[in-house]
Amino acid sequence: MPVGQLLVEGLAIGACYGLFATAVVIIYKTSEVVNFAQGEMAMFSSFVAFHILSVYQLPFWAAFVITMIFSILLGILIEYFFLRPAKHPSILGLIVITLGAEMFLMGLAGWKWGAEQKFFSLPLDPSLTYEPVKGMIINNWAIAVFAVTTCIMLLLYVFFKYTRLGVAMRATQQNKHAAKIMGIRTERVLSFAWGSSSLIGAIAGMFFASRATLDPAFMMEPFLRAFAAAVLGGLMSIPGVIIGGGLMGLIENFFGYYWPQWKPIIAFIVIILVLCLRPSGLFTKHFVKKV
Amino acid sequence: MDMKRDYYEDIQLFKSNVVLFWSAVLLLALFTIPLYAPNYYIYLLNIIMVHVILAVGLNILVGSTGQISLGHAGFFAIGAYGTAFLMSMFQVPFVFAIFIAAFIAAFFGFILGLPALRLEGPYLAIVSLGFGLTIMHIIGGMDVFGGRMGIKVPPLDLGIKQLGISWVLKTDIQKYYLILIMTILLVVGARNILKTRVGRSFVAIRDSDIAAEVIGVNLTIYKTLAFAVSAFYAGIAGGLFGFVLGFFDPFTFNMILSVIFLVMVVVGGLGTIQGGILGAILITYLQYDFLKNIAEVPYLGALMVAISKQWFTTVGLENFSSMAIGLIMIGIIIFEPLGMFGVWIRMKKYWMTWPF
Repeated sequence: MPVGQLLVEGLAIGACYGLFATAVVIIYKTSEVVNFAQGEMAMFSSFVAFHILSVYQLPFWAAFVITMIFSILLGILIEYFFLRPAKHPSILGLIVITLGAEMFLMGLAGWKWGAEQKFFSLPLDPSLTYEPVKGMIINNWAIAVFAVTTCIMLLLYVFFKYTRLGVAMRATQQNKHAAKIMGIRTERVLSFAWGSSSLIGAIAGMFFASRATLDPAFMMEPFLRAFAAAVLGGLMSIPGVIIGGGLMGLIENFFGYYWPQWKPIIAFIVIILVLCLRPSGLFTKHFVKKV
Repeated sequence: MDMKRDYYEDIQLFKSNVVLFWSAVLLLALFTIPLYAPNYYIYLLNIIMVHVILAVGLNILVGSTGQISLGHAGFFAIGAYGTAFLMSMFQVPFVFAIFIAAFIAAFFGFILGLPALRLEGPYLAIVSLGFGLTIMHIIGGMDVFGGRMGIKVPPLDLGIKQLGISWVLKTDIQKYYLILIMTILLVVGARNILKTRVGRSFVAIRDSDIAAEVIGVNLTIYKTLAFAVSAFYAGIAGGLFGFVLGFFDPFTFNMILSVIFLVMVVVGGLGTIQGGILGAILITYLQYDFLKNIAEVPYLGALMVAISKQWFTTVGLENFSSMAIGLIMIGIIIFEPLGMFGVWIRMKKYWMTWPF
């Protein structure tokens, strides 16, 4: 059994899950909405990048910048038009709204680009691999994932700890009304959360797209696995989510090596087991509800 | 305006003679539809009625008990595969096969109800979603069930083969009557469940599970029971759905189907029998007839094709259905959280209190 190889690949895909789960957690932290449309927002942004690259033939960095701007706008618009007008929605109402946004984006992408699979590649040479330790082959894709995830984590850490907006976001999460009284524009904070979450989701989505193929349903399974990672780390903490993502990638890779047939269902087993044994995740304190 | 003065007024099936009269008219209309409707609409009606059974069952869980399920396609699949498998492999007569399959679905519902005792809201949604997808993958991975290729259902034989009685239903019209009778029985059954002690416990759990526990409702029993009942309805609906389609594969029962089921309940109206029925009729009609053939609708169809040619792709026009249903979901939560049933209540109030 190639332990080292499975370890590296599992950690790489796990970092990708962790990155995507971070996007889910940012929205959940600020507004207690589980965004079921997250995967489709990333899918749509990846399609925009694909469109710019293949139709307008722009260089990759230009396509990347345009896609990032687009994904921020997409997140803000979805929050503004779909979630904000709902007056005091129930939890079921919020779930239905995000599921509706998911179906809307999936339908729109299917209408625009058709359902056939497309190929999306990052400007990384896939044949270039390194072997630092014997038996551990690491390719460019994995290095890029590790680098980008580390950068984004550092940025988020600095952001939440030291900037005014980051502190405002934490305040909004803890008590929305008190934050409002203190002069924080909580609605603007929500817009920002959706925009940044959509941006991080789009970056992760492009990594997923370059690993598989691009079609309107390609983010469904990665979304669920990333969600499993988020649940594993507790939906509230960003470092926990990254560790959860790594664990999820390792579990999936080792399990998939022994029982390749049942690889698709391991994420759900993890979700169900974790939620039944430790409903608040492995790394967060249990939150007790007041009556 | 709907004040109940004693308990028997609450549990009687027909509130007044007016309701009785209109129910009789509706029944008569339903039983005579095959005489004048074209065959295609009978097929559509069969699918609508199967979805009505499922939506009414899902409404017991989502609307009346307040638990969220995004995994009902899984129970639906268990019903469909169970019935077809028992009939073709073990030669079980149809009547027994569909009930055995529905009880298997109910058992899985009970199992899904166990984590639901500790979870709520979004967590429960994601667990049930995972459950539905797991069922889909397990069925797709087992060669006994035809794997990814799908299976063909055996002929719908109402008789018992072992006794030499055979009564094969071949046409859509014959199936229509079978499904119609099942639908009426199950809908009346659901309505009666909600009027009993069990139904009132469900509603108490929805309004506040802690308060319900304090006044003596056993949460463990009633929450899992709600899941089991709902899964039973989904199992029966699935068994009938298999015969309507004639052929299915595991990917018929994907996540989108679960979402569509939830949409039926939310669009129709949570917590009422009529809501489930209305939602199932509306969404199924839109999905299987109106939006599917939108290119053939007069005026609107030409416009859509023109838009597709200008900015989109014409082959992708079928995806417009998913887009429209997404917008309906968002619109109903924003503008009419009570669903179609809320609209009906408002209309009724307006006319009853007119001219004030």
